[in-house]
Amino acid sequence: MTAVAERLESLVEAFDAFRREKAFGTDRTRQQREAAFARFLARGFPSTRDEEWRFTNVAPVAAMRFVRPSAPALDRATVDALVHGATARIVIVNGRLSPQQSTLDALPAGVTVSASANITDGPAVSGGAFVDLNDAFFEDLVIIRVAEKTVVSQPLFLLAIGSGDAQPVMVAPRVAVIVGDGAEVSIVESYATVGPAAVLTSAVTSFQLGAGAIVDHVKVQTESDAAFHLATSHVRLQRASTFTSRALTFGGRISRNDITSVLDGDGAECTLNGLYIATGDTLVDTHTTIDHAKPHCPSHEVYKGILAGKSRAVFNGKIIVRQDAQKTDAKQTNKALLLTDDAQINTKPQLEIFADDVKCTHGAAIGQLDEDAMFYLRARGISVESARNMMIHAFAGDVLNGIRVDAVREAAVTLMEQKLRLSHEV
Amino acid sequence: MLLDIKDLRVKAENKEILKGLSLSVNAGEVHAIMGPNGSGKSTLARALAGHPGYEVTGGSITYDGKDLLELQPEERACEGLFMAFQYPVEITGVNNAYFLKAALNAVRKHRGEEELDAVEFMQLARSKAKLLEMDQTMLSRSVNEGFSGGEKKRNEIFQMAVLEPRLAILDETDSGLDIDALKIVSNGVNALRSPDRAIIVVTHYQRLLNYIVPDFVHVLTDGRIVRSGGKELALELEETGYVRVEPETTGARR
Repeated sequence: MTAVAERLESLVEAFDAFRREKAFGTDRTRQQREAAFARFLARGFPSTRDEEWRFTNVAPVAAMRFVRPSAPALDRATVDALVHGATARIVIVNGRLSPQQSTLDALPAGVTVSASANITDGPAVSGGAFVDLNDAFFEDLVIIRVAEKTVVSQPLFLLAIGSGDAQPVMVAPRVAVIVGDGAEVSIVESYATVGPAAVLTSAVTSFQLGAGAIVDHVKVQTESDAAFHLATSHVRLQRASTFTSRALTFGGRISRNDITSVLDGDGAECTLNGLYIATGDTLVDTHTTIDHAKPHCPSHEVYKGILAGKSRAVFNGKIIVRQDAQKTDAKQTNKALLLTDDAQINTKPQLEIFADDVKCTHGAAIGQLDEDAMFYLRARGISVESARNMMIHAFAGDVLNGIRVDAVREAAVTLMEQKLRLSHEV
Repeated sequence: MLLDIKDLRVKAENKEILKGLSLSVNAGEVHAIMGPNGSGKSTLARALAGHPGYEVTGGSITYDGKDLLELQPEERACEGLFMAFQYPVEITGVNNAYFLKAALNAVRKHRGEEELDAVEFMQLARSKAKLLEMDQTMLSRSVNEGFSGGEKKRNEIFQMAVLEPRLAILDETDSGLDIDALKIVSNGVNALRSPDRAIIVVTHYQRLLNYIVPDFVHVLTDGRIVRSGGKELALELEETGYVRVEPETTGARR
């Protein structure tokens, strides 16, 4: 217990400092924070003895002394670049909604954004230590509402920036997206770090889709290689709604995404696709749960990883089919491309099926670039480098080509090329 | 002489397949290499193309005055060597037209010619696709993905038509083709016959040679060429089979 207490000392100090600030909130919020932090202290950081964290050692996170960040000065150009000049932007800086960087007055009709200090204004999100940390340290619960039957034609850019000068900082962005019945919206959720400090982002995001709502979602994580990104996302789908998501993880020293999607209404459809690229000593861990709670729901999942250097990846894809969820059609594919001998992945599909009239398929493939294909391309005059380039683009294209927001898709391709030192494909 | 193979020895998976093969090919000529399964026909084609799974342990290959064995597969292609694959590879996510444009421009760049832009390339590709009666949609699909056996072979000859090699090696291009497809593919190959281009047709069956009429026929058995002759040799083989021509018969290998 003493060892644990010592490791958590810096967080206790940070929480103490937070207690003395106005942002700590009023009575109810204070109680909620205290309860959450007590839960966190009781459990501590997860260890590799915990089944859900078997291959992801967060000791480097626990070893750092994080402080709560001050409000940094960000120039407009930095933010502009991160949202590709989009007009509808909701920007969170170090956990706080930034009205200066956002365009809250110019959001499309039917879209409203508010900030609350009361965590119960959003849906309850369950999770482990990092959700507890978010519950304790979040500053603004940013609530994005899309009114029912509203079709939002321009994509909403939600950007969370973590920034600090010298000491490592901890930020806890928290967002609830509530999409009304029959509404339609495209949301780009980005995470980036600015400045020299190492940033720990413990993010919690929830999406609630009303009946017949359609949400097209992209998550882009481009934090620095010194950053820790520990994010929990919850999606709940009502009858006949559709959630289509692509999660791109391109940054971070340790990145962990826990994504849970509950198909909670007849005929709802969910797509969780993802592409992660890891180089150097970084680690990317994705744990997804697709929970088929109601009948007639299709779900699709394609995750692809490209690993170079000594990087590591973990993929755990759980699919639960509840007893009521007859006629479920769930497909899961997980592929990883290992570009070096030292790169490594642990992958596991996990199917828990309690209904009898269902279709569930899963497949995993891990390998290097296909030698036969490489030879075929070279035998036509294409250099080894170009052939490799083409093959990697093709591998990633499976996920990237599905991104509907052009600027985001093009930027993702460019970022991949930079990270893997590929030449640009036209 | 365009191609001069001397006493070539090639190993695959630690087994010697070619055991001292010699063959000379001049520009303008069409040579057929026939032989039973396992005689080393495809090994010869793949060794010429530079397949990394085939190790040359002896002999020499001189191509256009250069030591071919010193060149990487892509360098051989840029120097005008082309092998039509027996089993064309499916490459998911790589667009057929994009791939072929990259290949053509690599070859053109090597020759010191200007690269083609997308519009120029598509004009060329469309005209060549017509030659092979190819559906235009094959250009926009992934390389060989979901192609039928016949479409794959057609795609190989289509690539040959676009790349205009100086030496083409067709590795069992006839296998898996029905008679209509065989005629189309053969017409495509015949249209590419020219005084400055040589073609080596590797086949198990005489049937293809009714359409692509060779100048020379060679019989390959157990890693060596055991007999050479004119086109009439193919007809003779059709009647007698390969067993008769083996110098030392160690039992039928078919």
